[in-house]
Amino acid sequence: MKMSRTFKFVYKLGIMLVAALAALLMASIILWMIGADVSQTFYTICFLPLTKTLHMTEVLIRAIPLCILALGISIAYRSGIINIGAEGQMAMGVLAFTAVALAAPDLPRPLLLPMALLAGVLGGGLWGFIPGILKAKLKVSELLSTVMLNYIAAQFYTFCLRVLMLDPAEKMTGSGTPQSMRLTANIELGRLSGRLHYGLFIALVLAVLVYLLMWKTTFGYKMRAAGSQDRAARYGGINVSKYLAISMIISGGFAGLAGGIEIAGVHRRAIEGVTNNYGFSGVVVALFGGLHPAGIVPASFLFGLLIYGSTLAPTRVGVPANIVQVMQGLIIIVIVTAQMVLSNKYLEARMCRRWNALFHKQKEVA
Amino acid sequence: MTEKIRSLDMEHITKRFPGVLACDDISIHVGEGEVLALVGENGAGKTTLMNILMGLYQQDEGRILINGEEVRFRGPEDAFAAGLGMVHQQYMLVPNMTVTENVALGYQQAWKPLKLDLKMVRDRVIEISEHYGLQVNPDAYIWQLSVGEQQRVELVKTLCLGARFLILDEPTSALTPQETDELILLLKRMKDELSIIFISHKLNEVKALSNKVTILRHGKVVFNGETDDYSPQEIAALMTGHEVQLPENKEPDMHGAPALVLKDVCVRSDRGFLALDGLDLTVHEGEIVGLAGVSGNGQRELAEAINGLRSVERGTITFFGVNLANKNPYYVIDHGMGYIPEERNVEGIVPPFAIRENFILKDSDRERFSHLSFLKKKSIEENAKRLRDDFDIRCPGTSTSAGSLSGGNIQKVILAREITRAPKFLIAVYPTRGLDMGAIEFIHRELLKKRREGIGILLVSEELDEIINLSDRIAVIYKGKIQKVLPHAEANRRNLGILMAGVNEDE
Amino acid sequence: MDFVVNLLAMCVPFSVALLLASIGEMFNQRAGVFNLGCEGVMAMGAFIGMLVPFMIGKGGEVANYWNYLGILAAVMVGALLGLFFGLIVVTFRAPQGIAGIGLQMFGVGTAGTLFRHFVGGTQSVVGIPNSPVPLLSKIPVVGDIFFNHNLLVYFAFLFVPVAWYILFKTSWGLKVRAVGTYPRAADSMGINVNKTRYQALMLGGALAALAGAYLSLAQAKMFSQSLIAGRGFIAVALVYFGHWHPVQIMGGALLFSLAQTFQAAIQGLGINFPYEFAVMLPYVLVIVVLSFTSRNQTTSPSALGKPFNREIRT
Repeated sequence: MKMSRTFKFVYKLGIMLVAALAALLMASIILWMIGADVSQTFYTICFLPLTKTLHMTEVLIRAIPLCILALGISIAYRSGIINIGAEGQMAMGVLAFTAVALAAPDLPRPLLLPMALLAGVLGGGLWGFIPGILKAKLKVSELLSTVMLNYIAAQFYTFCLRVLMLDPAEKMTGSGTPQSMRLTANIELGRLSGRLHYGLFIALVLAVLVYLLMWKTTFGYKMRAAGSQDRAARYGGINVSKYLAISMIISGGFAGLAGGIEIAGVHRRAIEGVTNNYGFSGVVVALFGGLHPAGIVPASFLFGLLIYGSTLAPTRVGVPANIVQVMQGLIIIVIVTAQMVLSNKYLEARMCRRWNALFHKQKEVA
Repeated sequence: MTEKIRSLDMEHITKRFPGVLACDDISIHVGEGEVLALVGENGAGKTTLMNILMGLYQQDEGRILINGEEVRFRGPEDAFAAGLGMVHQQYMLVPNMTVTENVALGYQQAWKPLKLDLKMVRDRVIEISEHYGLQVNPDAYIWQLSVGEQQRVELVKTLCLGARFLILDEPTSALTPQETDELILLLKRMKDELSIIFISHKLNEVKALSNKVTILRHGKVVFNGETDDYSPQEIAALMTGHEVQLPENKEPDMHGAPALVLKDVCVRSDRGFLALDGLDLTVHEGEIVGLAGVSGNGQRELAEAINGLRSVERGTITFFGVNLANKNPYYVIDHGMGYIPEERNVEGIVPPFAIRENFILKDSDRERFSHLSFLKKKSIEENAKRLRDDFDIRCPGTSTSAGSLSGGNIQKVILAREITRAPKFLIAVYPTRGLDMGAIEFIHRELLKKRREGIGILLVSEELDEIINLSDRIAVIYKGKIQKVLPHAEANRRNLGILMAGVNEDE
Repeated sequence: MDFVVNLLAMCVPFSVALLLASIGEMFNQRAGVFNLGCEGVMAMGAFIGMLVPFMIGKGGEVANYWNYLGILAAVMVGALLGLFFGLIVVTFRAPQGIAGIGLQMFGVGTAGTLFRHFVGGTQSVVGIPNSPVPLLSKIPVVGDIFFNHNLLVYFAFLFVPVAWYILFKTSWGLKVRAVGTYPRAADSMGINVNKTRYQALMLGGALAALAGAYLSLAQAKMFSQSLIAGRGFIAVALVYFGHWHPVQIMGGALLFSLAQTFQAAIQGLGINFPYEFAVMLPYVLVIVVLSFTSRNQTTSPSALGKPFNREIRT
C-alpha cells in the first residue's frame, strides 16, 4: 500500500497535536482542582516572562544549566544509559568548584576560574563514573543507582555546607543557614545583563562540540552503536563497558560543569538548593530536544521559561510552583508515548487504510 | 464436549501487515480424519494463516466455517472451545513452570475462585499422556526437558485442552531425524481420532504423513491436491515457483594448512553449566567444515568463544598460530576472523543505524573510513553504494536504517560486510535460517566462492541438506563435544541423525 | 538490652512502607512491568491519605475511622495511577524506565501542588493510634517488638503470606507469572496479557499508595514534600534484592529499615556522628546490595520491561 505524503504529514502532526493536547488537558485538570484560572496560569508561566528583558535574562540563566545538563544526559542516553543522577553530579561539581575557590582564593582569575571549573567537571565526572562502572561491570540498573547517588550527594552537600565549608560569618551570627562564604571575585564569570552571565556562550559552544563528537567522530559512532544495540557493538569489536563508563564520566562532567558555572555566574557562593531540580528537568529537556544538540538548545530555553514562569505563578495566580514538576512529568510521559505511537507501523498502516477509504469515498461522492 | 469437527473451511482469508500482504485470499478445506499439509517457503503466510485460525490474529477479510457454520474467534480461548489446538513452532511453554502449571494456564475448569486446582490438572495430564502413549512427567520444570520432551508436553497440553483438531507448525524443525520418525508414527496413530493441519517445508515428511497438500507462495494458494499424486520434486517446484538447484560443493579437495584448531575447549553457558566440554576441532584453509547438531548443544557458545564474546574456561583456540581463547572481540577481528552471527537482527547489525553505518561496524577506526577520529563521510558512502550494488541489497537508500530491511537483505548486509573485509577465515552460524530460496542460493554461492579463494569456513547449521551440500567434512556436535567428524562422502542423513542424537556407533 | 529492643521495636514499623510498596512492585515486575513511578504513587498516597481526615476535621482532631477513609481514598488513587501507567506502558508500549521517571515526577509534583494549595505548610495529624494485640503484647521483649503497633503494621506482615498465596496458588498468580516470563505463551493459551498486566499494575499502585498513606498517617503523622525520600526507589531495589519473592522481600525490608532506625538510634545515644552520613546509610546499602545481586539474575521475570505485541514476532 502506498502512503501519500499528505497522509504521513497529517498523521504525524495529528499524533503530536493529540499528545500535546493530552498533556495540556491533564495539567489543566490539576489546575482546575485547585481552583486556579487555567488560561491565566498558562499565560503567566509560558508568556509573561517573555514580556520583559529582566524576565528574559532570568529565563536564560535557567536555560544555561539545563542546556549543559541535557547535553550530558543525551550523550549518556545515546550510549545506552539513562542518567537521572545529574542532580547529584551537579551538586558534587558545585562542591569541587567551591573547594578550589576556597583553597586558593588569591590565584589570578585566568588561572583560578578554569581550575575551579575543571574541578567541577572532575567532581561531577567522578560521581557519574560510579553508576557507569557499576552498570558496565556489575549490571546494576543505572536508574536505581543514580537516584540513590542523588540522595547521597544531597546529604554530603548539606554536610559540607553545614560543617566543612560553612561561612565563618554564619558561625558568628549563627543564623543557621548552611552556605559557604562569598567566594573570591577571581572565580566570577562576567555578566551580560542582569544576572545573565557568559555561561550562555559556554553552553552554546558545548552544544556544537557535542554534535561533532557524537555524529562526526569514530568515538561518537562507537558510543551510539553501544547504546543502540550493545550486542551488535560488542560483536563489532567495540568495548561496550568502556564506552558506557566513559559516557557516564562525560555526562557527569557536564553536570559538574553546569554546577560550577551556576556558582561562578549566578550565586557566587555555594548555597542550599542550588541544584533546583535541574537534574531531573535536564532529562526532560534532553528527551524533548530529541537527544540532539540542535533540539536541546531550544528545548532548554523552553524549559527555562517554564521553570522561571512557575516561580511567578504563586504570587500572580496563586498556583504553587510545584506545578512545573507536574508539567515536566506529563511532558516526559507524553513524549515517550508519542514516540512509540509514531513508530507503530501497524497503527500507521491501519490509519492509512482508513484515510484512503475516506479519501476515495469523498471522491466518489464528488 | 462440543460436537465433532467434521469439516473446517477457511474462505478467502486476507491479512495485511505493514508493507506485506501476508495472506491474500486464501481458502483451505479439511475434512474429518484428514491430514492436510500446508507447504510453502518461509514467509509464504502459513503461520499467519494458522494464527488467524487460532484467533491470535484477526483476518482483514474472509471467514472461517466449522461444520458449515461460520465461527468468529476473538482469541485462542474461543478456538480451544471449538476444539482446535495448535503446537507452535517456537514452543509456548513457560520455562520456569512445571508441566502441570503450563497446562493449567489454559485449563479453565481448574481455576477455582480462591485456589488453583493443580491436582485436577495433574490428573488430566496423566490421563491424556497414558491415552495417547505420550510420556511426560507432570512435575518436571520445562527448562529441565529436552526439545523432544518439550514437544511431547506441547502435544499433551493441546490435547488436555480438548483439541480434536490439531495444528502443528513445523513440528520437526528442532528434532533429530530419528525423533522426527517417531513423531510421524505417533501422528499417524492419532489421525484416527483427530484431523490435523501440518505445516512443513520438509517434503519427505509431507509425503509420509499427509493425504492432502496445499501449497502457499507469497501469501497465495498456488496448488491444492492429493499428496499421493505428486512427487516431492513436483511439490518443491510448486513451492518455490521455479526449479531451484541449490549449489553443491563438488570441487576437488584443496585444503591447505590448519587455520583454526580447537583443543579441549571448555566454555560455560549463561546458565552456568558446561556448554562446551572438551571440544576438539580443526578447520583447514580452503575447506568448509559443517557443524551439524540439534541446536542448543553448544553451537552458540562455540561461535562466541572463538570470537571473544565468551570466556573460555580451559583449552586453546589456535588461529594461524595465535591463541584466541579469552581475547576480546577486537583482537579476534584484528587477526582476520569473519563472523556471521546467529542472531542477525540484534547482533549482526545495529538496527537503528543506517546501512552505510552498519558496513563500517568493524572498521570505523581504519584510515579508510576515518582520519584522526573524524569519520570520512564520502568514502563511507561510496563503500555502501558499492556493496549495495555488488550484493544486490534491496533498500531505498544507503541511509535507510538496517533494522527496517527484510531478513534476507539484513543477512546480505552482514555477508557483504564480513566477506569484503577480506577475512582469513569465516564462521557462519545458521546463515540461511528463515530465508527464502533465492537468498539461500545467493549465500551458498558466496560461501563456495570464498572456499575457492582458499578461505576456511566453519558452517554451523541445523539444516542437514545445507551441511551435506556444502561441506568438505562434517563434524557432529552433541552436548558440547564433537561426536565424530565424517568426510563428505561418508555422510548421509541417517548416520548424521544417529550421531546428532548422541549415539556413536564406533564406541 | 533495652537499646536493642527499642531498635527492633522501631525497625518493625519502619519497614512497613518499604514492605508494602515493594510487594506491590513485585506484582508489577512479576507481570513484566517495571514501575519506577512507585515513588510518585507513594507521594500521592501519602498526601491523599492525610488530606481526607485533615479536610474532614478542618485541621483539627478527627475520629479514627476517618483515617481509614483516607487510606481507602489513597488506595483508590494508587490503583488509578497504576491504571494510568498501564495505559502508557502496556497499551502504548512506552519504554518503562523513562515513563516511570515521568510518573514519579508527575506524582510527586501533583502531591506537592495539591498539598501547597489545600494544606499550605507542615501540619501534623493525629493519625492512626497503636493497637496492641491483647495478651501477646504483654510478652516481654517479643510483645514490644511485634505486637505493639498500629493495625497497618499487622496488615502489612500478614499480607506477606497472602501475597505468596496469590502468586503461587491462585489462577491469577499463575497468569501473572506466565505473563511476566513468556507472554507469547500465555497469549497462545488464551490469557489476556495486557489485561493481566493492568490488573497487576492496579494492585501494585494500590499497595504503593497504601505504603504512602502509612507514612503520612501512621509513621510521620504529617505530610511534607520530602516525606517519601526515595523509599519508592528503595522499594524497587528491594524487589531485586528479594528475588521477586514475598518472604525474601520482607527480609530485605526489615534489613533496610534497620539501617534507617540505626540513624535514629545513633542520635538517641548522643554519639557525635554527622547525621547526614547516617541518613545516607540506606541509600549506600541499596547500591552495595544491587552490586552484589544484579549480575546473576536468572530468577528475574524474563519478559521484565518488554511490552507485548502479539503481531510483532521476535
